[in-house]
Amino acid sequence: MSPVRVTVLLPGVLRPAAGGASRLDLDLPAGATLGAALDLLAADHPALDRRLRTEQGTLRRYVNFYVNGEECRRLGGPDTQLPSGAEIQVIPSVAGG
Amino acid sequence: MPEEQVLLAVGTRKGLWLATSEHDRADWTWSGPHHAMTEVYAVAVDTRRGTPRLLAGVASEHFGPSVATSDDLGASWQEPDHAPVAFPADTGAELQRVWQLAAGPADQPEVVYAGTQPSALFRSTDGGRTYDMVRGLWDHPHREQWGAGYGGQAVHTILPHPTDRERVTVAMSTGGVYRTEDGGTNWAPSNSGIKAYFLPDPDPEFGQCVHKIAQNPADPDRMFLQNHHGVYRSEDGGAHWISIAEGLPSDFGFPIAVHPHRPEVVYGFPLTADSNRFPPEGACRVFRSEDSGAHWTALTKGLPQENFWTTVLRDALCVDDASVPGVYFGSRSGEVYASRDEGASWQRIIEHLPDVLSVRAAVIRR
Repeated sequence: MSPVRVTVLLPGVLRPAAGGASRLDLDLPAGATLGAALDLLAADHPALDRRLRTEQGTLRRYVNFYVNGEECRRLGGPDTQLPSGAEIQVIPSVAGG
Repeated sequence: MPEEQVLLAVGTRKGLWLATSEHDRADWTWSGPHHAMTEVYAVAVDTRRGTPRLLAGVASEHFGPSVATSDDLGASWQEPDHAPVAFPADTGAELQRVWQLAAGPADQPEVVYAGTQPSALFRSTDGGRTYDMVRGLWDHPHREQWGAGYGGQAVHTILPHPTDRERVTVAMSTGGVYRTEDGGTNWAPSNSGIKAYFLPDPDPEFGQCVHKIAQNPADPDRMFLQNHHGVYRSEDGGAHWISIAEGLPSDFGFPIAVHPHRPEVVYGFPLTADSNRFPPEGACRVFRSEDSGAHWTALTKGLPQENFWTTVLRDALCVDDASVPGVYFGSRSGEVYASRDEGASWQRIIEHLPDVLSVRAAVIRR
């Protein structure tokens, strides 16, 4: 099985925590999950990671991860499998006043 | 002579506002919001080093809590890449908010404490940029019985002893007062005399809902405490507490603050009751005692005496450290009042901010 390449798309508010990048390409082993992608992301961008996940690795409640357009909590949460070429959109919830 | 100014920091539900004034505090220059759309429960102005350091405990609904620091009075802010305050993996706990940031003793300028929700104490040895959890408090056998107040379970008060670096007092909602005398290894409840009317045993060893404690560094064994019903004084560093509520319109409220140079002068903001959290009669009144709580005076000059249907939260009343200190408070309705004459008269210095959560002020020299 060949490795997969996925792309993480960041909203403007999070780009400063990723060195200004709006998209990040990640190379992962076959069968990798969203959680594995975030672990890899965390190694290079800890300031981004702590805005996406708690110190225990839980996805923050009001940050949504869409894998190829589908919100990951309707898939497998952090265990969601990532097909090669997957696009992970990070979109904060629309809520509050 | 360095230029002397007063810096006022106002943390709100939606960000931090800063104001500076000449030492007469006649006119304020405001900036903000800093950290827009974060809850700023804790703010501190650390003047122990040559350049004052601002510390802000910020919490974003989306992106979680953090601590930011500024060494240029808010012109720029820094955060470490890794979470400055984080619960160790083996605790299984997740930081909800930083409720309190407190400078350590003057001779340890790099020591800063953070109090958190859930209830824990963290200690920094790099001036408040990064922190380690104080294990002794987290491992206390009482911890599983500490409850949660309406606002959450948090260490909201930290009083490092000004000269004995081994001694620290903390207070939490709910849980009460705890003290260490060995630098944080061992902690003991310190609630003798504080009532807990909401528990089956009204005089428990711990479990009291303390709202705030104030202490003057020049007289650290004398402490003042605003409880969830009850106002108290200790003369022995918190070992015993006696009621000083007589003379107040109510023994309920959140903040309590002490004069920086006269340890017998204390300020509070009573609310009608637990079940009726408004100023009595809708009148905005700060109460001051000049004799350690034996007598109280209502301070009203310049304050609205009708239709003030809002509250002053536990960290939203403070005193600066000028020779004639300023007194400040902010309301949940987004107004900040300041007194230049130790509370005798007041001016509203801003309005229409978001809910005020925390107010801190200090004289700064530039």
